[in-house]
Amino acid sequence: MSGVTIRDLGKAFPKEDSTVTQALEGVNLEIGDTEFICLVGPSGCGKTTLLRIIAGLETATTGSVTVDGRAVIGPDPKRGMVFQEYSLFPWRRVIDNVAFGLEMKGIAKEERRRTADRYIEMVGLSQFRDAYPYELSGGMRQRVAIARALANDPDVLLMDEPFGALDAQTRNRMQKELLSLWEQTKKTIVFVTHSVDEAVYLANRIVVLSPRPGSVQEVIAIPWPHPRDRTSAEFAEVRRRVLRMIDETENSQ
Amino acid sequence: MNRQTQKRLLGVAALVIAAAIWQIIAEYVVGRSFILPSVTDVASAFVTLLESGTLVADIVVSLEHFGIGLLLDPIIEILRPIPPLAWIPFAIIWFGLTTQAAGFVIFVGAFFPILTATYTAFRSVPKVFVEAGKVLGCDTSFELIRYVALPAAIPAIASGIRIAMGVGWMCLVAAEMFGVSRSGLGYQLWHNYYLHQMPNVVVYMLILGLAGLIIDRIFRNYVDGQLLRWHAGEVA
Repeated sequence: MSGVTIRDLGKAFPKEDSTVTQALEGVNLEIGDTEFICLVGPSGCGKTTLLRIIAGLETATTGSVTVDGRAVIGPDPKRGMVFQEYSLFPWRRVIDNVAFGLEMKGIAKEERRRTADRYIEMVGLSQFRDAYPYELSGGMRQRVAIARALANDPDVLLMDEPFGALDAQTRNRMQKELLSLWEQTKKTIVFVTHSVDEAVYLANRIVVLSPRPGSVQEVIAIPWPHPRDRTSAEFAEVRRRVLRMIDETENSQ
Repeated sequence: MNRQTQKRLLGVAALVIAAAIWQIIAEYVVGRSFILPSVTDVASAFVTLLESGTLVADIVVSLEHFGIGLLLDPIIEILRPIPPLAWIPFAIIWFGLTTQAAGFVIFVGAFFPILTATYTAFRSVPKVFVEAGKVLGCDTSFELIRYVALPAAIPAIASGIRIAMGVGWMCLVAAEMFGVSRSGLGYQLWHNYYLHQMPNVVVYMLILGLAGLIIDRIFRNYVDGQLLRWHAGEVA
């Protein structure tokens, strides 16, 4: 069981003139085990901040986040993170990037390489195991970043617009691959995106955040099985609904 | 009170005075904590960070800002602009006309480029690498430095060393010219000038240039080949 419970979460950033920017306020969300959640919302609504709080990279001002009943107090390899920008360590080969977390755990070289190899294979990059990140395309780098996060066997995989910098074609392929990884590993995934299309394609539930201060505006369950047909009428209908919701909240401010 | 404690008290007093000056400038001269935070601003921020709990890794940053950035920096900033060759008189007084004197001048010349490069290199480690390190299980600042910050900083440190070697080479020749030693390429160059043996002077000039070039190339090949395979393909 790897559920995430977010209760009454608020985050304020201090500003120069000693006032504060309230980024998040009263966020309540219950994420179930093995669920695929997408966070969407107008820009500046704090969706990335929310993800970073779950990761432990930011601390909430009020409220709490618990994973499996344990409160989040700082970064932990049990919560894997894939960043939007390229975060692979350029001085390490693909294999050693993926094995990094295991190395930090003190696992012996032989064993961690074996584990890393398995995850590299899972993302289809076996022939690049000894390459350096600069030799890889953007899509490949993000696949390695996903493998690196998965190698720690996290309870939850947090993804911050991981495909935002990729071209449309690569992006579509990566979404398909991510779904297959999700089905294989049964991880809970929290995925931040500004692409409503991506959210409707991937998520079990889409969480729409309101503009700053962000809070949960609406949760839309999408019960359809994968793979989904982007061109279907019902897909377009849900996409339109979500887009309208984001538009309305944005304009009401 | 013995000499040791006296020394220590003097050190503490110096720090207190420095902090007071800083506080006064920040509060009454600059007046905006955005431009120059005062001592008290910094102290209260420190407490807030301490309470927030994620400080373990932030300590790396705090140490940098607090320790190096704000206490060592003024001293360095005063010493750094002194041209290394200006140290030659003291090099001779302290070490005599010896190899150590030449070595000292070279050390002074090479020290600051390396220090500045290292400092800048650590400061410009991309935040995302540090955060990736944290979420992947680096839970002490030592681990973050050892496995993330240092490897990320090495290319910039290496180029600082390269610059330092150029400066060092310059200092060597000048130190020898000023009579720090009684032999050596720089000494001979100057000596031959006195003898008006200009062809010899040119020979020494060319040898100096060539030797500098070779040293630089050897270093660069070593760094590029050994340390920085991963850096290939980037501009440098």
